[in-house]
Amino acid sequence: MHFLLADATVAKVVEASGGLDTTMLSGPDTAMLLLTIFVLAVFIGVEVITKIPPTLHTPLMSGSNAISGIAVVGAVLAAGTGDGMIPKVLGCIAVTLATINVVGGFMVTHRMLGMFRRKD
Amino acid sequence: MDPRLVQLAYLLSAVLFILGLKGLTRPRSAVRGNLLGACGLLVAVVVTLFGAGLDYRLIVGGLVVGSVIGAIFAIRVQMTEMPQLVALFNGFGGAASTLVAGANLAQTETFGRDMLVATALSGMIGAVTFSGSLIAWGKLKEFRRLDKIRIPAQQIVNGLLVLACLGLTVAMVNGDGSTWTVVAYWLISSLALVLGVTLVVSIGGADMPVVIALLNSYSGLAAAATGFVLSNTVLIISGSLVGASGLLLTRIMCVAMNRSLFNVLFGKMGSGGSTLNADDVYANVKSTSAEEVAMLLEVANRVVIVPGYGMAVAQAQHAVSDLRKQLVARQIEVDFAIHPVAGRMPGHMNVLLAEADVPYEALREMDDINPTMEQVDVTIVLGANDVVNPLARTDPDSPIAGMPIIDVDRSRTIIVVKRSLSPGFAGIPNPLFAAENSLMLFADGRQAIQDIIGALDAN
Repeated sequence: MHFLLADATVAKVVEASGGLDTTMLSGPDTAMLLLTIFVLAVFIGVEVITKIPPTLHTPLMSGSNAISGIAVVGAVLAAGTGDGMIPKVLGCIAVTLATINVVGGFMVTHRMLGMFRRKD
Repeated sequence: MDPRLVQLAYLLSAVLFILGLKGLTRPRSAVRGNLLGACGLLVAVVVTLFGAGLDYRLIVGGLVVGSVIGAIFAIRVQMTEMPQLVALFNGFGGAASTLVAGANLAQTETFGRDMLVATALSGMIGAVTFSGSLIAWGKLKEFRRLDKIRIPAQQIVNGLLVLACLGLTVAMVNGDGSTWTVVAYWLISSLALVLGVTLVVSIGGADMPVVIALLNSYSGLAAAATGFVLSNTVLIISGSLVGASGLLLTRIMCVAMNRSLFNVLFGKMGSGGSTLNADDVYANVKSTSAEEVAMLLEVANRVVIVPGYGMAVAQAQHAVSDLRKQLVARQIEVDFAIHPVAGRMPGHMNVLLAEADVPYEALREMDDINPTMEQVDVTIVLGANDVVNPLARTDPDSPIAGMPIIDVDRSRTIIVVKRSLSPGFAGIPNPLFAAENSLMLFADGRQAIQDIIGALDAN
């Protein structure tokens, strides 16, 4: 993304936000790189998840749901680096919601999977 | 912290997510898999917290409050309410993505076009996920008011809303001036909120597994879009893993109903050209008693139980698990045959039965058990209807024509536990109930199973 390099403020925000440091890259721009990562990750997801048996589909949903709470990373950055009230407040609400998703999701999955232990 | 260290940590958490999902491929390794996933998230959050000079006050508050609320939900929820909980969590994830993209937009002055596209998508998908999930949650909670809502010309309304969102996205990307960009963003998100409602509100209970799987996928895609906005690789990778997972589950559910995704979302379940009259179909229904069922079970070698949503409603899972233990103690082989769309979410029946102490080896998939149905002495259908309706095989005009079913009609004797002869979600009569080898046990599911156990004990 050439504009990132051109625009110092954006580059700074992205750096602070733990985004890819585009100065490390040469050649193809960041958007294409990210798109590549996205598509390859989708394929990995399909490969792995196809092998999950139907018995575990509910824990799969709640567990993958917790993983999608990864938005909490973005929320932490928004709440922490926010310039002014609005980004901070939005970020803070997002942190709360995403954390409910993450903590609740992993915990309830753990609870469910405990029930699937082999019974002797 | 060196940004490259942050990137390495994100890579580590992405690897942990993939290993975690891999762990879920077997019940034995599943607990560890889930813990690996949780570790991955912890790594990502900790590294983010230490990665840049952040203002911690608000963050810590949000993390603590969110953790407490999430933990309370996770500990308190009943297993029968899992679909509601997953729907609610999906919604929270979607809302978080929309808010993050909005916050990012509010504090950045110059945006490239591709980043604006990602921002608009993030807002749109996140908002649809949020409102759609809340409606799904309400419908699963059986708020009657939601069922009464009818949206006139629903497909046109949905279509217009999608077009409006896309049009605004184009305008937002091509516009100049940050105020317009921000206004357009929130307009898109608001319209998407309405879209989530209009998409989900008219979808019926038995189609809920598809809706929840789809919303699960959306919550992942929203996170991935937010990842594009922030150029953050861990968001993109985990978002796309979840997106793929949800889409796969959606497909499995659709195949199990022999309906296209489009048909589930936009179509009504057709009333079909079938002219079957319930009174004709049910002319020769034979009813039975718990004592008679107990006698049949005593002399059986192989018994199969087919649970449906009705089992969850009647809270009969513990009773049915006791029945299984009784029969197994008498050297009778007992399996559960589980249709992919039984219940209100993928795998719903399995979780309920696992909670009730049924070992997972006894939970058999439809395709796995169907070829052996002819060797089954007694099949007990408990709270299932459409998924065992032989019309799916025999009547090409039926609304469920071609839907894969559990072939209970091929077993020697069928006991159907049901309160009445009322139709299932498809609204059609079920000739299984009147079949020569069928017996109806008219009762509440839990009471009926307990009575059978009582009769077995008495003998």
